[in-house]
Amino acid sequence: MKYLAQAAVAAGLAGALGVQPALAETAKIGFVTTLTTPAAVIGNDMKNAVDLAMEHLGSKAGDTDLEVIFADDGFAPETGKQATDKLVKQDDVDFVAGYIWSHVLLASRKSVLDAGKFLISANAGPSQMAGKLCDENFFSTSWQNDQTPMAMGEVLNQQGVKSLYIMAPNYAAGKDMVEGVERTYKGEIKGKDLTKWGADAQLDFSAELAKAKASGAEGIFVFYPGAAGGAFIKQYDQAGLSETLPLYSVFTVDAISLPKLQQADFKAVLGSRTTQEWDPTLDNEANKKFVADFKAKYGTYPSYYAAQSYDAIMLIASAIEAVGGDMSNKDGIRAAMKSADYESVRGKYTYGNNNFPIENFYLREVVTDADGTWTTKVVSTVYKDHQDSYAAECPLK
Amino acid sequence: MERISRQDWIAIIVLALLAVLPPLFLSMGQSFWMDLATRLVILAIAASSLNLVLGYGGLVSFGHAAFVGLGAYAVGIPAHHWLYGGMDPIATTNGFVQIGLAVGVCALFALVTGLICLRTRGVYFIMITMAFAQMVYYGIVSIEEYGGDDGLVIDSRSEFPGISLDDPLQLYLLAWASLVVVVVLVRMIVNSRFGMVLKGGKGNEQRMATLGFNIYAYRLVAYVISGAICGYAGALLGNFTTFISPEMMDWGRSGELMFMVILGGAATLAGPILGATVFIVLEEALSSWTVYWHLPFGLFLILVVLYVRGGLTGLLSGKKED
Amino acid sequence: MDVSLLIIQTLNGLQLGLLLFLVASGLTLVFGILDFVNLAHAALYMVGAFICATLTYALGNFIYAVIVSLPITAAVGFVVERFVARPLYARGHLDQVLATFGLILVFETLAHMIWGPAGIAVPLPPALDGQTLLPGAIEIPTFRLVIIGAGLAAAGGLFWLVNYTRLGMLIRAGASNRTMVGALGINIQLLFSLVFALGAALAGLAGMLIAPITEASIGMGNSIIITAFVVIIVGGIGSMKGAFIAALLIGLIDTLGRSFLDDLFGLFMSSDAAENAAPAVSAMLIYIIMAGVLAFRPQGLFPPKVR
Repeated sequence: MKYLAQAAVAAGLAGALGVQPALAETAKIGFVTTLTTPAAVIGNDMKNAVDLAMEHLGSKAGDTDLEVIFADDGFAPETGKQATDKLVKQDDVDFVAGYIWSHVLLASRKSVLDAGKFLISANAGPSQMAGKLCDENFFSTSWQNDQTPMAMGEVLNQQGVKSLYIMAPNYAAGKDMVEGVERTYKGEIKGKDLTKWGADAQLDFSAELAKAKASGAEGIFVFYPGAAGGAFIKQYDQAGLSETLPLYSVFTVDAISLPKLQQADFKAVLGSRTTQEWDPTLDNEANKKFVADFKAKYGTYPSYYAAQSYDAIMLIASAIEAVGGDMSNKDGIRAAMKSADYESVRGKYTYGNNNFPIENFYLREVVTDADGTWTTKVVSTVYKDHQDSYAAECPLK
Repeated sequence: MERISRQDWIAIIVLALLAVLPPLFLSMGQSFWMDLATRLVILAIAASSLNLVLGYGGLVSFGHAAFVGLGAYAVGIPAHHWLYGGMDPIATTNGFVQIGLAVGVCALFALVTGLICLRTRGVYFIMITMAFAQMVYYGIVSIEEYGGDDGLVIDSRSEFPGISLDDPLQLYLLAWASLVVVVVLVRMIVNSRFGMVLKGGKGNEQRMATLGFNIYAYRLVAYVISGAICGYAGALLGNFTTFISPEMMDWGRSGELMFMVILGGAATLAGPILGATVFIVLEEALSSWTVYWHLPFGLFLILVVLYVRGGLTGLLSGKKED
Repeated sequence: MDVSLLIIQTLNGLQLGLLLFLVASGLTLVFGILDFVNLAHAALYMVGAFICATLTYALGNFIYAVIVSLPITAAVGFVVERFVARPLYARGHLDQVLATFGLILVFETLAHMIWGPAGIAVPLPPALDGQTLLPGAIEIPTFRLVIIGAGLAAAGGLFWLVNYTRLGMLIRAGASNRTMVGALGINIQLLFSLVFALGAALAGLAGMLIAPITEASIGMGNSIIITAFVVIIVGGIGSMKGAFIAALLIGLIDTLGRSFLDDLFGLFMSSDAAENAAPAVSAMLIYIIMAGVLAFRPQGLFPPKVR
């Protein structure tokens, strides 16, 4: 018992001494993403992009050293909040960035904002945080959840799809996605299924696909990010729906699922269309460098998760540089971030009153590139400088 | 008071350490360590409640996480309605009402499910307790109003006259004092006539029945007490994390509570506290070391079960488990 | 209600039920004879899927991969039995639950380290891909029919094994009275190892069959293992017949629940509330059934006669 007590004291003291007061020239960024469970495939892509961004920056923002500390959210809001608490309290980071999942971000936001730190979402864009729960210290380098499906709704209208079946996972973002497509889509919605999500998500969609087929809808809209996307597309094809029930997806067919689908030679996915705010073919210098270096370093195309994570680091770096590394100058950092004065890989964008980007949305198609690799290319611009629908509910000016 | 055994001493020493160390952390500015200690103490309460039925009563409940979750939602739901309207009869941030609700709901849930579960034996009991926990899990998931799968942020902690749970030290001291009370309570229960019958039923059910004891009723009472204490721990946990989600009630969480009890030593007073301590410290240390931390953790679990009979308390007191 | 949709969903439910039976049969064998609660059965399901997925690419054909993967998975089961399960036979169920829970963590993390988090998509040979047209203009993915066929074949094989072979006789004897089998001079150690390996192969087969549908992925076993436990508890531990009937029952209830419950709920609540509540309630249904069965029959529907 004595030994245990001594060990506990020793551990406590070691913990206390191990963390030295942060040197003024180092700015710390905590990055929360999913590094375990099958969803780690997304987290790893984001981590790769962050590492690349740090490489491009030479781990420096102006004269200030940058340090990134990664934390795993375990694909669960509770674990994500604990990881965030640790970054804020133990590591005393200046920024907390990342967050794939809307429910994890919603659970973690208080921990960061109450401590007076900056919170940057590199993916999740829950409606609440664009509206009533907006905060002057919260910024997004992605989108509000509804925007991408809204763009898809417009595409459906343009293509004259008269009725639609909807499938999405049953969590915060899934509900936002459904809301988004319903907001712009003018045809009839024949049916809707929300399926179990999380570490033991439902991956066998036999019952739902049979319902979708029987509903007589002219198209099916789905949102299945990460590993579930591949599983869905396989079953969609096995059920022979590609001719009768065309697929319109958001965040489902991407650089995460395509290599796996290509390996399994799943040609049904070629030609399918999705909407997005970014694409590897977007023509700007920052993007060309990002995509080329990412491919050279990791051997795959970056996903939009990667692009947004890269942007998050670049945005933070631009703000630190703007205040000359003075991390106590919160107002200066905030103003610098708000100006979005950095080379975003999606091209120039601005921030709305709720600190969500006002940006373009593109229609993309799955194609084979010159090397035979499956990827996406831009077909057309659906929205120019689009702002989300919740900005008006946000009390910020 | 009767003789203080070696096991009791272990419990006293551990509790004393827990009283001193965390405030020390706080004074050194280590608020994260303080958080860890708070979580640890709260889980020790939950594990102690499980120990009452699992350790002393031989009833292997695989669903105690449901009580933790129900207790936490008993804080979150009234607070949610207090802030955002609706459900006036329970809309409150009054801590006494919330804790009363947590304890009451969990006792009732334990009573109803216990009536059914306790009819079964062995592995059937393990699985039916898990089944009821899963029902609660999916029940909460299905209620959109309270966030479903996404969970619920508790925007306002329980309010008590004179103390503020927003202060980490006060919250910790409340949790610690609660743990002391629970440990004393468990000790009183197991040393009472009631406790003797409960323990007797674990050893030889037939004999206790022949002696004229209605073992089913005794077990039911123990199960209800255990559920109520665990619900109280849940209420504290909700106040600590200020975020609750159905994930708290996952069967894996029930398994973790079981592991804490076995690791520390089932049917010992200090066991659940020691178990919770080692569990939390190890989880923290391993997970900050590698993302593959489940591998050494799983191996540790297997090795403990295979080779450390009687748990840590057994090792420390040099007494083999009976 | 649409009759052909009902038929399709019934077939889907049947397919899920037979898959559950494959997992549950191994579990109930090990449980019934070895009196061993094996949560790590979930890990063997996942291991089977991953090995089969890897071999599908190595051998170029899914069918060959399944044939080669079966003995490999059985071998993994054999090793697990020797090093983890065997020392635990004399222990209580609690120790077994905890140790095999630890084993799940170990296997999951190893799979993550070996195969990465992405999961592996498994391509099917053209003959198994695509759809089959059944009488009444009912179209169903061919591979789902393959699973139904494989499940029925495995059930038949097990029935034959248990009822008409010497091994089966020992298995039946072991399920009713373990000590007696040992007393009769049977090499009980070997019998246990074989049974465990057979259970592993059955779990692995289930994993291999689901892999072309959902991909081989880490964590795939966690959701099915609990359902499989529900199946064997409802059926009565150690009863093959019970496992079969309960598996079909639960497969059908789960699928039909997912298909029609939201329409049913829509009759008496708002469609938004129905859409949200239906998936959770259909997930809850199987536990309600289990609690209901145990409330009236604490030993399950078909408990083995002597224990």
